[in-house]
Amino acid sequence: MFNRRSMLMCAAVSALLVAAPALAQDLSKLARVKVDLVAPPFIHPHEQATKAAPRIVEFKMNIQEKEIVIDGDGTKIHAMTFNGSVPGPMMVVHEGDYVELTLVNPDTNTMPHNIDFHAATGALGGGELTLINPGEQVVLRFKATRPGVFVYHCAPGGPMIPWHVVSGMSGAIMVLPRDGLKDEAGNPLHYDKAYYIGENDFYVPKDANGKFKTYDSAGESYPDTVEVMRKLIPTHVVFNGAVGALTGKNALQASVGERVLVIHSQANRDSRPHIIGGHGDYVWETGKFANPPQKDLETWFIRGGSAGAALYTFREPGIYAYVTHNLIEAVELGGTAHFKVDGKWNDDLMKQVRPPEPIGAGDKLGSVAPHAGHAK
Amino acid sequence: MIAALIQSKTALLKVGLAFAVPLAVAGVPSSPQRASENRVTASETVRVPPAAFSYRAAGEFNRERVAVNAPLLRLRRDAPVVIMKSQVTEAAFEECVRDGACRTLASRNMARPDVPVSGVSWEDATAYARWLSSRTGEIWRLPTDEEWVFAAGSRVKDEAIETDSDDFSQRWLAKYDRESARDRAGDRTTRRIGSFGVNEHGLLDIAGNVWEWTDSCFVRQSLDATGRTAGEPTTNCGVRVVEGAHRTYATSFLRDARGGGCSVGTPPDNLGFRLVRDEGSWLGRFIVSLRRLRPIG
Repeated sequence: MFNRRSMLMCAAVSALLVAAPALAQDLSKLARVKVDLVAPPFIHPHEQATKAAPRIVEFKMNIQEKEIVIDGDGTKIHAMTFNGSVPGPMMVVHEGDYVELTLVNPDTNTMPHNIDFHAATGALGGGELTLINPGEQVVLRFKATRPGVFVYHCAPGGPMIPWHVVSGMSGAIMVLPRDGLKDEAGNPLHYDKAYYIGENDFYVPKDANGKFKTYDSAGESYPDTVEVMRKLIPTHVVFNGAVGALTGKNALQASVGERVLVIHSQANRDSRPHIIGGHGDYVWETGKFANPPQKDLETWFIRGGSAGAALYTFREPGIYAYVTHNLIEAVELGGTAHFKVDGKWNDDLMKQVRPPEPIGAGDKLGSVAPHAGHAK
Repeated sequence: MIAALIQSKTALLKVGLAFAVPLAVAGVPSSPQRASENRVTASETVRVPPAAFSYRAAGEFNRERVAVNAPLLRLRRDAPVVIMKSQVTEAAFEECVRDGACRTLASRNMARPDVPVSGVSWEDATAYARWLSSRTGEIWRLPTDEEWVFAAGSRVKDEAIETDSDDFSQRWLAKYDRESARDRAGDRTTRRIGSFGVNEHGLLDIAGNVWEWTDSCFVRQSLDATGRTAGEPTTNCGVRVVEGAHRTYATSFLRDARGGGCSVGTPPDNLGFRLVRDEGSWLGRFIVSLRRLRPIG
């Protein structure tokens, strides 16, 4: 039977046959580096601009199916993860590098998985060449030809695709220009710190009493979960895998004057990042660095199935809420992170001229001398 | 007809108390079966004797336009505080719901007799107090914040923030850190009564994962350079003081203060309550004297 899948497979195989001999020769001369991935919101060490020649960057990811808690009520889902984290780890390479991923599906898992890189060209982003069963591994190499931040996700075919994605199987890769990020005039832009905020929408079924249900296995949760998914209203919209995963003790840290690059990905659904009390100084809303960044944004739009990047220098100390500015999703469904920023307050940018007081009190006390010095 | 009904219920309640009190005194847990048969919740109370105590005033204070710690007051209570030993339970609240005096809770649990009710607003708690008073002929009400702090004793953590800086953001960050640092055990699920231990007065679960409504209204007060009040306070009774692992303020109709979105800081895990029994009223004294005339047991 000749269906679309086998047709695509044929196309992919023949393309490889044609291209393979020339490539193998070139690549043997390239340097290889091995990168150890770290769990989000952190990003493995990397150069922002590089003088190195294009090289092969080796990554390894273990797929892990596991139960995770997604909110403070102890609500659990049977997550599917790249390398054990939701979202999967951020990978960083430079334009022209080759990404070489060893994807492992340990036999402790129950399902076939694969990976579709939006940064890659052909073969369903690699999905067609990486479908592996429990107990298998595969090595995929693709050339990072386009600079930008891109989503990757699992796409094991048919109805499994959305289900695996909303079970946590997505992450992002950053392909930096070899000479680093640039502003609209081509001047270099640097960041002192970078965080990766992966957003996930979860669809957890509820019982007759409105309580979230738990299931013995992913498979058992599937029929009910699809029913919730098809209504398109998530029960949770979270950053870094759980409500509150980036607040309180886990709040993101920064200092006044620090330039922070925030990469935001959403593999399935639109989002609109906004820093309450801050801005995006330079924003690659669609995430692709060959386009000039937009400046001074209040909110930016992350299209479902894409990643974007925003560079911001914090100018005042305090707490900043980084939200998806559908505030129902931010507050009720979980889409909130906090930045904890230390430094010295700048009265020039903002000052509480008079504290809250009864209406008219300011008029009566109009003769009070301007606040000179601060009495303790 | 209605009066007769109420009387019969009161009689039933007294029978329930007669059973429950000696059992509690003897340290024998009353069986849930018995409790459900009687359909009576005998709220065991603790009597905290009069004493002097430190009280960090609730509300927000500023001195010469700069936010400062609320004044630390030395207060003296001349009368005891008679307060429920444990938080009102799901089963107890459910009785009020069944009587039509309390609103049905959004997620009605199994009405467990040994788990504190949560997801209640100040209005819900007040309705329960009203209902319990009418059922018992006693005066039950939410504690004031002072009363709560007095009864909570050593479990109260001082809210003062140590900072040498007049930079308001330092104070803000310090408050955020302190609330974040608390051991939350990562689980907000309500637990059995007693899971969070007992304080020196015998009160259970003070500062556990169920915060408690008080009757006190939010107050904002300006102070002068010497720390004395300057001008009238702003009082907003649409917002009440909520006590627990940390003190906070919540809109009275809120049943769930979680979310923690833009309002940065750590919200209460759950909202519940316990009540005080007012013995200062003539009715309260009358009831007490009746009991003394006819000892129970």
